[in-house]
Formats: sequence, C-alpha cells, structure tokens
Amino acid sequence: MSDIIRRDPRAEWIARNRLHPLHAAMQPVQHSWMGPNGVIRKNVHGVGFIGPNGIKRIDRSGAQQGGAAKRTAAVEVQLPLHQVAAPAFYINVVPDMVGGRLSSHDRDLLGLARQLAGSDGAVLAVVFGEHKENAFATAGVDRLLVLDGHEFDGYSPEQRVQGLRAVDNQFNPRHWLLPDSRSGGGELGRRFAASLKERPATRVWQIKGDECIGRAGAGQEDLARPLPRLILAAVECADPVSETRHEVLPVELSTALARSLPRIEDLGAVAVDPAAIPMAEAEFIFSGGNGVKDWALFHQTAAALGATEGASRVAVDDGFMARDRQVGASGTWVTARVYVAVGISGAIQHLQGIGACDKVVAINLDPGCDMIKRADLSVIGESAAILQALIVAVEAYRNGAKRDAA
Amino acid sequence: MNTNVISLVSIGAHPTSGRPRRAEQDARAVELGLQMAGDKLQVLHAGNINEPTLRSYLGMGLPQLHVLEQPAGSDALPVLSEYLRDAGAQVVLAGSQAETGEGSGMLPYLLAEQLGWPLIVGLAQVESIDGGVAHVLQALPRGQRRRLKVRLPFLATVDNAAPKPRQSAYGPAQRGELAAHEVEIEQDELFTGAVLQPAKPRPKRLKVIKAKSGADRMKAATAKASGGGGQVLKGLSPEAGAEAILKLLIEEGVVR
Repeated sequence: MSDIIRRDPRAEWIARNRLHPLHAAMQPVQHSWMGPNGVIRKNVHGVGFIGPNGIKRIDRSGAQQGGAAKRTAAVEVQLPLHQVAAPAFYINVVPDMVGGRLSSHDRDLLGLARQLAGSDGAVLAVVFGEHKENAFATAGVDRLLVLDGHEFDGYSPEQRVQGLRAVDNQFNPRHWLLPDSRSGGGELGRRFAASLKERPATRVWQIKGDECIGRAGAGQEDLARPLPRLILAAVECADPVSETRHEVLPVELSTALARSLPRIEDLGAVAVDPAAIPMAEAEFIFSGGNGVKDWALFHQTAAALGATEGASRVAVDDGFMARDRQVGASGTWVTARVYVAVGISGAIQHLQGIGACDKVVAINLDPGCDMIKRADLSVIGESAAILQALIVAVEAYRNGAKRDAA
Repeated sequence: MNTNVISLVSIGAHPTSGRPRRAEQDARAVELGLQMAGDKLQVLHAGNINEPTLRSYLGMGLPQLHVLEQPAGSDALPVLSEYLRDAGAQVVLAGSQAETGEGSGMLPYLLAEQLGWPLIVGLAQVESIDGGVAHVLQALPRGQRRRLKVRLPFLATVDNAAPKPRQSAYGPAQRGELAAHEVEIEQDELFTGAVLQPAKPRPKRLKVIKAKSGADRMKAATAKASGGGGQVLKGLSPEAGAEAILKLLIEEGVVR
C-alpha cells in the first residue's frame, strides 16, 4: 500500500466554520508559544498543509486554516470477481507447475483459456500432486482440480494420462490446453493426444476465432488450421489474465482413478556436475562478490550445496573467478530458480542479470544494500561464518536423510 | 550389447537456407543407435527413395538404409508401425520432431500407442540393457538427468542432449545401399483443412504498465527491480542464518 497524501476539503471546511461542533478539533496545532525563559518559540514545521503527492504547501493569504492532518488513500485495488455459477462448458488447462508454482508460460496459457471460455465457460486447472501456488485467483482459474496421490509422484506420465482421461470423461471440456514446453507439458499433452487418438495443434501461438496458427517444421513455416479440441500452446500465446479475480472453487473427481502398473520406473535424479551446466540455464546458482574474502570456502560451499558457481563483476575483475562466470548485464543473464548472492551489494547491472530469477537469497554485511531489497530472504552477517555454518547444516541434513533411508 | 536397434530418419531442412539436409535430431538417433548396436543398426525411412540427402545418413558408416516408398503427403504412421511390428526390434530411436511438414512431434507417441510399447522422451544415454530391462538416462531441462528403468521393447525420442552425430563421409555415402520396400499408401488427412504458410515473425510482447497516475508510470519506468517484502534476518547467529537459508533451499527442492 502506498502512502498517497491527499487534501481533505471537508476537514478544511470544518476548520473555517466556527459554528461547526468539530471546529476546535480541526484547528491547526499552535505553532508559536512562550518558552520557559520568556522567549517566543516557533515550530516552523507546523506551518501549511501537505498537498497532493506529499508536497508541503504554505498558503500565506490566510484562506487556509487547517485540515493539515494527512489522509492516506488505499491504492490496493480489489480486482472485480468473475463468477461462473453454472458453467456452460469447461476449458481445461494442465499447467506445468515447475517447482510447484505457475510459470509465466502457465499464466499465458490461462490467459488463453480465459479468452476461449468467454463469460459462460469456466477455466478448470488440473494440477498433479502438491503445489505451493497461492495466486490461482488472479491467474484466472475458475475451478481447481488437484489430483493427489502417490501414483503421481516423480515421473509418472502414464499414470497422469490416466488421470487426464478420467477428467475428460467427467467434465467433457470443450478444449484441453497444455503448454508445449520441455518441462513436462509438451510430453504429457502428446501422450494424452495419442491416448485419445485426437490430433492436437502444436506450438500454437495465435488463436483467432475458429482458427489457430502454430509453428510447423523447424520454425520456417506456420500451420493455420481449424481449432482442434487439444491445443499445445507455445510461450506468449496470449496475455495473462490481469483485470479480474476468479473463484478457484475446488472440484473433485467423482470416480476413483484406475491404477495401471507403470511400464517406466523412475529411479530418481542423477547427480550432474554443476560446473558443466551452462550458467544461463542452471537452476541453482551460488554467486560471490566483493564481500567474499575466503574463496576456498566459497568453492567448498558451492560444492557442498551442489550449485553452479557465479560471480559479480568485481570478483571477476579481481581475478577470483573466470570471466565466463560473470552474472549481470555484461556477463550472463541467468534464469535460475534459486539464486544465492554472497557479499554482492547489487549493482543495477547485476540486478538486471538476475531479473528472471525466482527466489533470491542474500548474505551480506550491509542491511541497506540494493540486493537485500531484491532478495526474498536475506541474512545479515559475516559471510565466512555463515558459509561455514551452511556447510555443516547441509552435511547434517544429508547424513540425516541417509540415516532415515537406512 | 547385441540389441536389435532401429533408428527412424527423415529429411531435414537447413534452418537458414531451407535446403534439404540430414535432420539434426535424427542424425543423433542414428549416432546413438550406432553406439548401441554398431553395424547391426537398422535405419528406416518412409518417403521418397530418390532423395539424394538420404545418402548423408549412409555416410555415417551404415551399409544399408531401408526405405518404405511413399509419395510426399502420405501418412507414415501405419506403414512404420506395420514394419516395426514384424521387424523384431527391441529399441526404436527417433528424433523428437521433424524439420519439415507439420513437425508436431506426434509420430513417436502414436507409434508407441499403436505398438503398445513404453516411450522414453528425451533419451540422453543408455546405461545398460540386461535381461530385457534397460536403464537409461533421460535429459531434463536445465541440464539435469533422470535415471529410468524400462522393459524392452521400447521406443525413445532423442533431442539435443543425445551424443553429437558423427560426420557424414562421401565415400561410404555413395557405396551404401538403399533398400526399397513396397508398402500400401495412405493419404494423410491433415492437409484437407490446414494451410502451410511461411512463418510470420511473432509480435513482440509489449510491456504494458497499468498505472493510474503519472507518478506511478514514472516509478514503473525508473524503479529498480525489487522483490518487495523480502524477509531480512538481522542479528542472528551464523548457525540460525544458515538454517533459514537451508530451509528455503530444501523447500525449493534444489538441495537434495
């Protein structure tokens, strides 16, 4: 909420009107009085009133007498609620939910679904497993179906297709929308299409009326075709919902899901050498700057966390890190989901480079620096001590997990 | 490993000139097949046998390339699934999408559905094949890998995480044999309603600032990026600070 200071014309009118019962209360505070030694004291700050946008105005004509108390206007606008009481049809969306949250691709997709739903239809989002998202309402979800259960944990495309088929039977949506992304949506959508034996429109970037346009081949050609039921949409296929709020009513599947024996078994993630991942697409970056004094400890911490190393320009210029590790406007623009900045004050060029990062953690001595303003979690303190403690904590966590498994 | 591997190949298009070339991902599928089966790799193409670009696959060191003869615009799915059903393949590799035509990337999915085989998407490496069970690595976005266990026979698509294809040599390309197979021709019904047109550049998304007052607009144009309302931990012991950081990292799933 911002503090916009406004004039209060009514209070000013009461202050001028000596017959008004509230006249005394609206008088400006006295700004000159006799001090203890007989000297007249003046409060020079009590003169005038605060005008719009917080600028002080002094009216010396004598017309203004009070109403100086500042009023703040709430600018937090409550978006209008879009309600669909009895949906005429459903538009189903299966967002990727990378890291349990809606990605920008998912939001674009929900915007597209909103367009297709119009005023009668409802947008039904189908989410697998646990999620951490709390902004479904502003993203444009009218109904939310969470398919929970152990069978959807990990990599379970066949089980998910079963789930989607059950949803398809119950709700019979007019359209299915999935993101054509590498993080799951593209694969799930194609498996689902093959299972339904329907031909999807892929890499769709525009929908106009009953026609959709998608990229074809290696991107040299466009394919325009009548709008099918199953749509795999590319990024920026539509603008995300921004002007309405939605109900997010939970819905349930009426039937129990058929469980099939998975033919593909997920044996879990494989440790990849974090240094071998290109910085621009690394998921987790541990970055050091001028505040890092013990670089050996820094490298050790990065190895303990399993993070890709990055650096600010100062650290690179001083020769502590290689040039290709520089994050920022003149280095690499990173897209990490989690970015840990150790001893980086946050020059604007650096903040531009991490603009796409989801969660930023800052470790810094200076509580007033720009990086702290950007960060979601900041710890103020000496970086060496915190890194030492972090190594100990990570090892304790890993050992604990191993003990639990054994 | 003596596994029966078949790689499916198509004709690609150069991204700039648009001239026919060997398709990038299909070449990777051939490379992966060569690493798995060596000389015993079978390579299969459905389309025109007179296309000179087909020989660039032979140039990777293949003695033979099987071609199911079809005119352009016919459906490759039924002939491929019929061939694969009888070929006794244990592993079928394909690129993840074609570089010409629709390029929807649906073919491997439909083949897997018709054959009733499991499908691995984004195969990066086959670690071992033992007693009818394969351990494979799947490529995930952001350079990550996942280990999967799958029963033979299976289908797999490869993308740019698979090993780089070897160069195509001219001599072997000319010596190799193109083996033609007669098949029934079925028309693809896609092009009855759809039109292929040169790709239009996509409109760039504008940054719309929904500000009511001039001051807000100025702020939006000049403000530094800020998360706003981040949690600041001050005056804590290093251990407590480290605990808080680790908790966030575990919540986000980056520390395992």
